[in-house]
Amino acid sequence: MSTAKEILLQVQDLQVSVEGRKILNGLNLTVAAGEVHAIMGPNGSGKSTLANVLAGHPGYEVTAGSVTFRGENLLELAPEARARAGVFLGFQYPVEIPGVNNVYLLKAAVNAARKARGLEEVDAFDFLGMVREKMKIMRMDDSFLSRGVNEGFSGGEKKRNEILQMLVLEPALAILDETDSGLDIDALKIVAAGVNTLRSPERACVLVTHYQRLLDHVVPDVVHVLVRGRIARSGDKALALELERRGYDWVAGEAA
Amino acid sequence: MSEPANESARQLEGLLSGSYRHGFVTQIDSDTVPPGLDEDVVRLISRKKQEPQFLTDWRLRALKHWRSMPEPHWAHLKIAPIDYQAISYYSAPKSKKDGPKSLAEVDPALLATYEKLGVPLHERARLAGVAVDAVFDSVSVATTFKERLAAAGVVFCPFSEAVRTHPHLIEQYLGSVVPYTDNFFATLNSAVFTDGSFVYVPKGVRCPMELSTYFRINALNTGQFERTLIIADEDSHVSYLEGCSAPMRDENQLHAAVVELVALENAYIKYSTVQNWYPGDAQGKGGIYNFVTKRGECRGARSHISWTQVETGSAITWKYPSCVLRGAGSIGEFYSVATVNNYQQADTGTKMIHIGADTRSTIISKGISAGHGQNTYRGLVKMLPSAHGARNFTQCDSLLMGGECGAHTFPYVEVKNPSATVEHEASTSKISEEQLFYCLARGIAAEDAVNMIVSGFCKSVFKELPMEFAVEAQNLLAVSLEGAVG
Repeated sequence: MSTAKEILLQVQDLQVSVEGRKILNGLNLTVAAGEVHAIMGPNGSGKSTLANVLAGHPGYEVTAGSVTFRGENLLELAPEARARAGVFLGFQYPVEIPGVNNVYLLKAAVNAARKARGLEEVDAFDFLGMVREKMKIMRMDDSFLSRGVNEGFSGGEKKRNEILQMLVLEPALAILDETDSGLDIDALKIVAAGVNTLRSPERACVLVTHYQRLLDHVVPDVVHVLVRGRIARSGDKALALELERRGYDWVAGEAA
Repeated sequence: MSEPANESARQLEGLLSGSYRHGFVTQIDSDTVPPGLDEDVVRLISRKKQEPQFLTDWRLRALKHWRSMPEPHWAHLKIAPIDYQAISYYSAPKSKKDGPKSLAEVDPALLATYEKLGVPLHERARLAGVAVDAVFDSVSVATTFKERLAAAGVVFCPFSEAVRTHPHLIEQYLGSVVPYTDNFFATLNSAVFTDGSFVYVPKGVRCPMELSTYFRINALNTGQFERTLIIADEDSHVSYLEGCSAPMRDENQLHAAVVELVALENAYIKYSTVQNWYPGDAQGKGGIYNFVTKRGECRGARSHISWTQVETGSAITWKYPSCVLRGAGSIGEFYSVATVNNYQQADTGTKMIHIGADTRSTIISKGISAGHGQNTYRGLVKMLPSAHGARNFTQCDSLLMGGECGAHTFPYVEVKNPSATVEHEASTSKISEEQLFYCLARGIAAEDAVNMIVSGFCKSVFKELPMEFAVEAQNLLAVSLEGAVG
């Protein structure tokens, strides 16, 4: 690892409550450009809360701590501003928006980001060509273009759609919230291929996951175990394999 | 509810006892009649329009009948009492001298709205009533378009002109779908209507263009009691667009129009409305009371009438575009988007009356409520004993934005024929926080996200609109829901 790597995300002593209940309890996390971090942990440990707070979901209250993205205070930014700045959340449960065309949403998203950077809107023809290229990676057929956002999609299709959106938006920091859950092995490989496509020295990725099986396909640089709202242990890929073997209890026991 | 009824009863009493003396002055040269309604006013309107005797008599019968009718209060609406004697029932178009002299004199808020709607500059001036004679090149546009229609044999003209040029058609069809006894507001309209549109499409003719009030030069200031009659003869086809593309700040409060459609054998009439009358301000002051009777009759076999409406304006909307499916195998359709924001109220829906065998109807209604708006769908599907094998499909969806608004659904079904089938689906949903957040998390601004979600909700109706109208309807929706979420 070179010391010159840019720090993309810096989370310090983050404390978050939901409806008065404390979920994150002094969480620290540093993600540098080029890195893939996996965040694992038992149910209710705060994994999804972390993902949602980073994206700016209004249902979470930050009671203490700080989050910076490229050195700037991320918590001060509205959710849409975070997205335009290059933070992407892949949803655990992507919602359906009936009647709103997939391509229409994608184009609006791309243009919103371009506008924020002072660029002109994308050419519709070029855009469609680009989306089609990315759809090939995600093995999605043309009928997807005209369908409503996640409307009538299977669980696997919804997850693939999240990764497609990520590929189109090319974020600097992608946070994927249990993108692997509910996928069969073929779909998992497709999703992993999508995530790997975007791996580069300039970008980073935070994978929130229950299982190590995704990490066979997207090999992480760092693995963290989240227990009761803070990171109880960090390590390399071997930690994920150990968790797979021994379960979470031993980490939880050590952290207690 | 009883107060306005008492009010009109009092007025009625006043009328009958002969105490009503509003100092009506018969000044034939004058272009505005003092407020009030009696036989003299009706005669004056008829004379001003140089109408034949049958029409004058018809109006007088309507007036007589109207006086015996109570104002209806069954709708889910709160209406301040209307003083029918305080309304002036005839007013010729305002002199252009009274209007603003240039766009610089027009209310900037109004211009900002035009801007958002994407109304072309030359049209903005026209809509705002700017007193410039050659606001845009209307003469040449109108001429080419009249020539094309004439070549096809299509009659499209102001109602008052048709009364003089095609009196036999008027006598045959006027009131044949909406009789002068129909309902309080239609009856009032029958007595005092001043103008409107008339369309006749001859046998076997496919109207070569969409007919739009946009092209009708005198479309502005036709008053609050319009009367429209569209007749599609056998095997003909016509698409009619009715709309005001911007908020007209009409000084009059009451708008009671009547539209009658007649489709003969194998004929097709598509009637699209984008209604954006002034809805009143954010506190609920002012705005148009829109009490409209729209009905089409599929008189011939295999005829087809399709209503599409996008209602975003008016303080109060009371409107039920309906189809009487008389001809065997005839088809009626109703596609509606009704939006209420601030203190707007809408009670709207449709009636599908199945008389003929194998008649079919489809109802798709999308209600959007925001602010303190109250939105009611009221629909009747009636299968008469003769309607063998008739079918109806109804879908009513409501979308709520915020916690102060309301959505109500009153679907009435009467089936008198056991072989008829009626299907009804209904849903009420809120724009969910999760949908909104999903869009925000993709970088899309909140207002754009709401517009996107609402447009998606309305998609199945918007796709029925002619292309240019669909774009306008989406813009209109965006403007009327501005600030509804934020």
